[in-house]
Amino acid sequence: MLELKEICFTRDNKKILDHVSLSMDTDKFVVITGPNGSGKSTLVKIIMGLEKQDTGKVLFEGKDITNLSIDERAKLGIGFAFQQPVKFKGITVYDLLKMSSGKEMNKKEACDILSKVGLCAKEYVDREVNGSLSGGELKRIEIASVAVRNSKLTIFDEPEAGIDLWSFQSLIKIFEDMRKIVKGTTLIISHQERILDIADEIILMKEGKIQAKGSKEELLGQVLEKPLCCKLGGDTHNG
Amino acid sequence: MDKLDINLLHEITDMQGETFEGAYNIRKNGQGIERKVTDNIRIVTKKDVSGIDIYVKENTKFEFVHIPVIITESGLNDLVYNDFYIGKNANVIIVAGCGIHNDHHKDSQHDGIHRFFLEEGAKVKYIEKHYGEGKGTGKRILNPVTEVHLKKGATLEMESTQIKGVDSTIRTTKGILEENTNFVVTEKIMTHGLQKAKTVFEVELNGKNASTKVTSRSVATQNSMQQFASKVTGNTECFGHVECDAIIKDKAKVIAIPEIIANNVEANLIHEAAIGKIAGDQLRKLMTLGLNEKEAEEAIINGFLR
Repeated sequence: MLELKEICFTRDNKKILDHVSLSMDTDKFVVITGPNGSGKSTLVKIIMGLEKQDTGKVLFEGKDITNLSIDERAKLGIGFAFQQPVKFKGITVYDLLKMSSGKEMNKKEACDILSKVGLCAKEYVDREVNGSLSGGELKRIEIASVAVRNSKLTIFDEPEAGIDLWSFQSLIKIFEDMRKIVKGTTLIISHQERILDIADEIILMKEGKIQAKGSKEELLGQVLEKPLCCKLGGDTHNG
Repeated sequence: MDKLDINLLHEITDMQGETFEGAYNIRKNGQGIERKVTDNIRIVTKKDVSGIDIYVKENTKFEFVHIPVIITESGLNDLVYNDFYIGKNANVIIVAGCGIHNDHHKDSQHDGIHRFFLEEGAKVKYIEKHYGEGKGTGKRILNPVTEVHLKKGATLEMESTQIKGVDSTIRTTKGILEENTNFVVTEKIMTHGLQKAKTVFEVELNGKNASTKVTSRSVATQNSMQQFASKVTGNTECFGHVECDAIIKDKAKVIAIPEIIANNVEANLIHEAAIGKIAGDQLRKLMTLGLNEKEAEEAIINGFLR
């Protein structure tokens, strides 16, 4: 359903992605992992249109989407959960979920999705998506905002980044349940063993290239032997 | 009232059909045209100057007072003095505001001077909306003055909105607060074209545990200009929080002038001000939800000014 052809991305004379080609099948749970600075975040941003590659093509369901805008890609069925959830003034959780779903949504439906990501819905549905929410709460709302879209392809850019260990422990369960929440194909950047463990397919990136790709059985041992960065705080542009 | 009048009233109030709930006084082109009083709320025409006195009996609970002003005559300069006397422990909602329709070349102006005197334990929610429309080159000018006097235990919550069509405005709000009082102000302004909007906010916290919270959210677009000047003086153990947040677009200008004066070691005063364009990550987030750039910008501004 997704195909990347020879993607190159260079910034400040640093080759961040070096001829990356990749294809992904429908209804798979795919985890991209690899050291900080290996190009993971840049790659998923290119898929969503948040970054523009220097050369190469992106195909989605056989259609060339290389020159489509972010919203055009969203309308085709690509969803994206940001590594640092965006905060707003005046926009409530309910507003965000309504915009995400792209249709009329009553409060009960909004509450149902919040409950699925582990938030006490009544307490949160009318709150503003602003700095008064903790990092863990914002992450859950971010997950809810992409889950509600029922996208064909949903991308999570390192969901464990930027939250404390305590919050992450409670978030892990949500990612383990991800298949129940998010329909279609899930592409997730993660360093976490428990997330790697539930992957159908693992992509290992290093120095802007795909070093290995395969099933968890094929790659899990190899990936976990590597001294991957397991810190809770993520890489950003270069990741 | 004709259709134009009704439309203007709908823009600035919560009018149901063609009437209001509770007491009301409608002023059009400098004259009172309709009035209704209730057992608890009296409205009396002033004798010395143009305007009305509104008396709310003590212990009046959850009644409405509407005092909208509409101007459809180009070239009119309307100055009005309205005084509100709110009895002990009364709890009322007051809806004011002015709508100007100007299709001609002469300027239309309304300066409403509103003074509120709240007795002990009284509570008021005051909603004020300003709106302008019309095809004429004549300016639509509004200079509201709100003066609030709160006696022990009184609370006034003010919501002031100006979203569209006012060319020039100086909005002055003053408060004098006694013991255990609370004055909350929420202001929303959006300016376009060559519009100018100036807010002057001055509060004196004179009584122990007096508190004020002011939130100003504004959007300045095109070549418009806004200024927000606030001065909060704490003379005793008190709390004051002023938050001025502005989104700026195009060639607009926004000036925020904070002034907080603590005359007592127990005074706790905060002023926060932030001016900036719409954050790129906010636009990108909403675009990942399928909104195009224009829709995303509208959603951000609508939320910000809610």
